[in-house]
Amino acid sequence: MDILSFFVIMPVLAIIALVFTKGLKQARMVAIFGGLLQFAMAINLLFAYFKERSVNDSIMVFVRDIVWFEQFNIHYAIGVDGISVALILLTSIIVLAGVFISWKMDDLPKEFFISLIVLSTGVYGFFISIDLFTMFLFYEIAVIPMYLLIGIWGSGPKEYSAMKLTLMLMGATAVLLVGILGIYFNSNADGGALTFNILEIAKVNIPFEAQKLFFPLTFIGFAVLGALFPFHTWSPDGHASAPTAVSMLHAGVLMKLGGYGVFRVAMFLLPLGAIEWSWFFIILSATGVIYGAFAAIRQTDLKYINAYSSVSHLGLVLFALLMFNKTAWNGAILQSLSHGFMTALFFALIGMIYSRTHTRDITKLGGLLKVIPFISVIYVIAGLASLGLPGFSGFVAEMNIFVGAFQNEGMFYRIATIISVSAIVVTAVYILRVVGIMLMGPVKNNEYLNLPKATWFETTGILLLLIPIVGIGVAPFWLSEMIMKSLQPFIQGVL
Amino acid sequence: MNFSSFLIMRHEILLLVITLVLLVAEIFIPNNKKSSTVHLAIFLFGIHTALGFMALDESSLFGGMFHTNNLIHFFKNVLNIGVFILLLQSADWLQEKIVTQNRGTEFFILLFFSLLGMYFMISAGDFLMFYLGLELSTLPVAALAAYEILKRSSSEAGIKLILSAALASGVSLFGISMLYATNGSIYFNDIIEVITSNNLTILGFILFFAGLSFKISLVPFHFWTADVYQGAPISIASYLSVISKGAAVFILMILLFTVLKPLMHVWENLIYVIALATMFIGNLFALRQQNMKRFLAYSSIAQAGFILLGLITGTQLGTATVVYFVMIYIFSNLAAFGVVQAISLKTGKENMDDYNGLYRTNPKLSLIMMLALFSLAGIPPVAGFFGKFFLFTAAASKGYYLLVFLAVVNVTISLYYYLLVIRAMFLRQNDNPIPFFKNKIYMRLGLIITVIGILVLGLYSPLYGYIYELSTVYK
Repeated sequence: MDILSFFVIMPVLAIIALVFTKGLKQARMVAIFGGLLQFAMAINLLFAYFKERSVNDSIMVFVRDIVWFEQFNIHYAIGVDGISVALILLTSIIVLAGVFISWKMDDLPKEFFISLIVLSTGVYGFFISIDLFTMFLFYEIAVIPMYLLIGIWGSGPKEYSAMKLTLMLMGATAVLLVGILGIYFNSNADGGALTFNILEIAKVNIPFEAQKLFFPLTFIGFAVLGALFPFHTWSPDGHASAPTAVSMLHAGVLMKLGGYGVFRVAMFLLPLGAIEWSWFFIILSATGVIYGAFAAIRQTDLKYINAYSSVSHLGLVLFALLMFNKTAWNGAILQSLSHGFMTALFFALIGMIYSRTHTRDITKLGGLLKVIPFISVIYVIAGLASLGLPGFSGFVAEMNIFVGAFQNEGMFYRIATIISVSAIVVTAVYILRVVGIMLMGPVKNNEYLNLPKATWFETTGILLLLIPIVGIGVAPFWLSEMIMKSLQPFIQGVL
Repeated sequence: MNFSSFLIMRHEILLLVITLVLLVAEIFIPNNKKSSTVHLAIFLFGIHTALGFMALDESSLFGGMFHTNNLIHFFKNVLNIGVFILLLQSADWLQEKIVTQNRGTEFFILLFFSLLGMYFMISAGDFLMFYLGLELSTLPVAALAAYEILKRSSSEAGIKLILSAALASGVSLFGISMLYATNGSIYFNDIIEVITSNNLTILGFILFFAGLSFKISLVPFHFWTADVYQGAPISIASYLSVISKGAAVFILMILLFTVLKPLMHVWENLIYVIALATMFIGNLFALRQQNMKRFLAYSSIAQAGFILLGLITGTQLGTATVVYFVMIYIFSNLAAFGVVQAISLKTGKENMDDYNGLYRTNPKLSLIMMLALFSLAGIPPVAGFFGKFFLFTAAASKGYYLLVFLAVVNVTISLYYYLLVIRAMFLRQNDNPIPFFKNKIYMRLGLIITVIGILVLGLYSPLYGYIYELSTVYK
């Protein structure tokens, strides 16, 4: 069995094991064991990748190709490059942290962990797929458990949010499916056989007319999951209602599927269409960057603040991808990773604050720094990372994006870049505002004077997420180099 | 006519024999042991299903009236499996409600005769045989729909079904007579050679098509569906929605792809419009349904709309995807109806609100229902996803991208109402939930087979390859 398929098989085994568990303790043990194993596998994959890359120069390594539906030329084809390895590592860390954060999941624990693992299976499968069919299949597998996760274990208007999220993401697959089928039926443009294989389609010169038609469909299909303005409305509601671990996983990992899909499928396979349409989507994504940041200022619910901040940050990812510049692309991938860790950390902290104070309304909180210093200090650190302070991952990512974006000549790109850069200032406003109101000042409510300290499992979860943020911020070079090398085929194919 | 030519009609003859054996057995089984007829019928039909898998070559009988090939043979087997599951699922209901009234044998006889009609219908080589099969398959079902004689709604369902079926077959016959008038023959093989698209032929085709549309419950011929499903016993609603619909779709496909192929420029547009109307109306009406049977009725109307996406192609790819989808649909819908039937039998509850909190009391039934609904909605990795994806691929292969787009929009709409049931079962709490109960062996077996089907049919790719091979006959 190859190194990649394990990422799909392991979760299935974990699910089977979970079915036979009884009660919270057993389910938790199995879930943590599974999470640790996946984490170990991801680390192993990282080193194996470096080793393989030094001898293997092809676009994808660890390629495995099994014919599945011969008549449609559908294959179970898998392979990874530096980008997917980095995202797999991100996924495994956040899943593990999420399991630690859900230590006290009393209601239907078994079902909770099963749904969580199904979701992560979809994500892993998506990142390792190089066949459009399996990619689409895993994409839907990743989305559908969200309904149960939010609907059963969520809070607030959970039924509404769960339904809205599921329908919007599944509705996006309507356009995505048409886009994928359009690519498929044009994959024989050079006289070959119809194929779903990404690497083979990339070699084909799909006619310009078809690219122009199918690029926006594919782009929107994926970008809805990446919270493209104006299709982002599922995200704040969904995040606000979801339980902590689900918010972490969703904002941290699932939304990255959007950017990854846009890059790997829409832009890589339909480069001419991408160039043709880039102005339109640059406007949308730049609007999203600004809109998300300003919307976050006006929110008082911690989760809504973070959700709108995600809209802003992920808008930046799409924005950078559309800049057709390798520095910006590098920044986009780094931003995906950095945002993944940061936002997961934020949601974990919000979950901890909420479980102690039973409110997420910042106007009702105050002086938490005195009461729960550890959690509060980490919140400040996460906030500083989010607004792009040097030394943290956010700085590296945003620096790359803006330097790359500004290299583009032409007034339109310059103006769009300047507008997006200004979002950083707004980010500082909403982050510091929360810090000021919620963490500083006097304790507003006497009940909050005796809040319990962070437990060991909470600390573990936090550290798991904090270490990569600082790590990427201090030493981004190895990661940056790994991504840069993997950008080569894109640079050759698209630029 | 020798012995080997009878073997070609193996399915039909065997089923007839079983029916007659049951009829004779009815005489010899004493009144206090009537429930053994159920065991006997299931046993005999199981043998019949198993024997059906013996290989068969393409051939025809009675001067071309009866025609069979490997795909038809395969489809008969699919129908057999469907009916077998249906019998398993309705065994408890029969023993508790019907056998006690001493009407068990008639149920099987009517059901098997209807199935026999379907065999003849899909094997038809001319319009006469087709019409006989159509009638034979419909009339017994009308009697079955009214089988719960103590319920008024059941009799109402029977009357509604027989009236609309009579109208439909009348219209269909009228259309056939026009086709005969212009082509001078009722044999499919003769018509293929002379048919041209003149106005009378097209009118005849449309009337004929309308008649079959009743059976598949395509919009605008769908009005009987919800009422009949709601009133009829659940087994019969299930039978109408999977077996009857599947067979009608199959013969429609054969006729469109062979005899009526020269009229393709006509039926392409017709099917395009009807597919859209069927999907949208089926889905939009399903949104507000509370009764599970009505709910599944509208859902099955919408599913018929999706099937038309494969019919529009007229290619081997279309044939394969339609047969594949119908097979998956049979399993998925039978699973959903099976759960509804199990709950209805134990508690008499059939409304969506009654399902609130079902997962906390009956987790297994809820999971089966969830799998079935996911399969109907087309969520991976269950079989429905593959069926739908391939249907859409078939439609896209002809360049119908807009139609595919609208179809996937409909998938999203349908996901909404399927999620409503899942919401009731998993998300909602209930002060007075359906209590935990254990199903009897037949029902359990019936549900397990459907679950295996839902899980395996999609992921196991050689099956699709096999169907694609068989589909070379219609392209």
